[in-house]
Amino acid sequence: MIEFAWYPVWRRNFLVWKKLAGPSLLGNLADPLLYMLGLGYGLGRLLPEVEGVPYLNFLAAGMLAYSVMNSASFETLYSAFSRMHVQKTWDAILNTPLTLKDVVLGELFWATSKSLLSGVAILLVIAALGLYADIRLLLALLPVALLTGFCFAGLGLAINAVSPNYDFFMYYFTLAITPMVLLGGVFYPPSALPDWLGGIAAWLPLTHAVELARPLVLGRVPEDIALHVLALLAYGAVGYAAALALTRRRLLK
Amino acid sequence: MTDANAPAACAALAAEGLSDAPLRLRNLCKRYGGALVVDGIDLELAPGRCHGLLGPNGAGKTTTLRLALGLVGADAGTVELLGHPMPAAAAQARRKVGVVPQVDSLDPDFTVRENLLTYGRYFGLSGREIDARVPELLEFAGLAGKADAPVQTLSGGMKRRLTLARALVNDPDLIFLDEPTTGLDPQARHLIWQGLRRLIARGKTLLLTTHFMDEAERLCDVISVIDHGRVIARGSPRELIIGHIEPHVVEVFGDALAEWKVCAAGLCRRCEQAGETLFCYTDSPERVVAALESRPGLRYLHRPANLEDVFLKLTGRDLRD
Repeated sequence: MIEFAWYPVWRRNFLVWKKLAGPSLLGNLADPLLYMLGLGYGLGRLLPEVEGVPYLNFLAAGMLAYSVMNSASFETLYSAFSRMHVQKTWDAILNTPLTLKDVVLGELFWATSKSLLSGVAILLVIAALGLYADIRLLLALLPVALLTGFCFAGLGLAINAVSPNYDFFMYYFTLAITPMVLLGGVFYPPSALPDWLGGIAAWLPLTHAVELARPLVLGRVPEDIALHVLALLAYGAVGYAAALALTRRRLLK
Repeated sequence: MTDANAPAACAALAAEGLSDAPLRLRNLCKRYGGALVVDGIDLELAPGRCHGLLGPNGAGKTTTLRLALGLVGADAGTVELLGHPMPAAAAQARRKVGVVPQVDSLDPDFTVRENLLTYGRYFGLSGREIDARVPELLEFAGLAGKADAPVQTLSGGMKRRLTLARALVNDPDLIFLDEPTTGLDPQARHLIWQGLRRLIARGKTLLLTTHFMDEAERLCDVISVIDHGRVIARGSPRELIIGHIEPHVVEVFGDALAEWKVCAAGLCRRCEQAGETLFCYTDSPERVVAALESRPGLRYLHRPANLEDVFLKLTGRDLRD
């Protein structure tokens, strides 16, 4: 009971999502699918094979990580901010026996769940288009999506905690999300970057997610699994801890 | 306890305070930045009564409620909510507390029923337990037949009543109401008041903050007037009026006010000018009214003193923001 005190918060968000599941699922699928088709076929035509596979196959893992990251970030920024700041849902919950920790944990797990779902959507596309080499390794993408979702949910909640308004999120998207999309190995192998830039990119959480996802799609066991898993866990955990402390300062001072 | 001991026991009880007070605040202090927002508040609620916290904006009412709920920790003093020390045992104490917050926090994506269901789950209640309570809660809130209405289709008064019903989903012993009727039209306010009276009749304890003196006068058994974080007066509405103010007020307005002001000083115990109106406080209104009748340049309104007069006397007429 005590351990699952966050569950009613998760369930509340799930019930709202259920009402709008159609458009939400469409958004999960359409955006990354268009990227894959547009870039995969369009750009892919101009490219020779990348790392020994057609460009579309190469791009698939990047799109999965990108899509999960986006889903977790939007949920913990725009949606969570609406609940916290506009609808005062969190304030209402804090008047009940639930604590702020339950609220933030509930949001963390909800955003993780929702982003896992968008990972599953991409996984189905990868499977349907036959972009994989080994179906067993493909299933290992599920825990990768879960970890990636957790990581960006934690980071997003920390940003949410210090945001005065919706416009503030542009800083995070411009200064963190966009650089990660362009430098994190989503569209090309990180080895293509000059050393100094590659060195920076190696620290980005999205890079770790892509380093796990890409070999799995291409039919190999990833290298340095422990490093990448721990990095994603650490980013997420630090984000969550910061989110809890900063939201406490914001709402319960 | 024998009858012979009863007076002594009562005296001891009075000295120690109520043993079963649903809420007990002792010398409560809270500082924000440099300012003492709550400055040594003592408050003890008698069970089954309606208690009012009255004060101008920024007097410390909402902060006092937040301290009482254990949402923030005090800088000094103690809070005991339903027998639990706060904020240490906040989660436990809040199981039997209901809150009607100042700002609407209903879930706009849900129907009326879904709002109650979701909120009840925060108290660890099962869907079945809540479902069983929904008809009664809706009837209480005058929302029977609205169970499946989306919240966004409700009027302001209906939303307020749903918020009240939501606060009752866990069958609380003590209910906090932070300005429950602000922004409502008179019809909607009367409906809320009826609901609150029914709660009091059922033995619930209420703690209410309000800006509306008529609301406090109608509902509250005991009122604490708060200003600058301190309780500056306490008593029943009648006690406050008798204890703090002359029984009659004559409000005078018109062109000849300046001349009248000189004359009124001799006729009344106290006069206060606010804008174009002179408030004359007196024990013997007949003399004042007789004197006014002979001055055609003035209009007047004679009425018994009320809680608003007390409030303005205690907290002043200056605007607070």
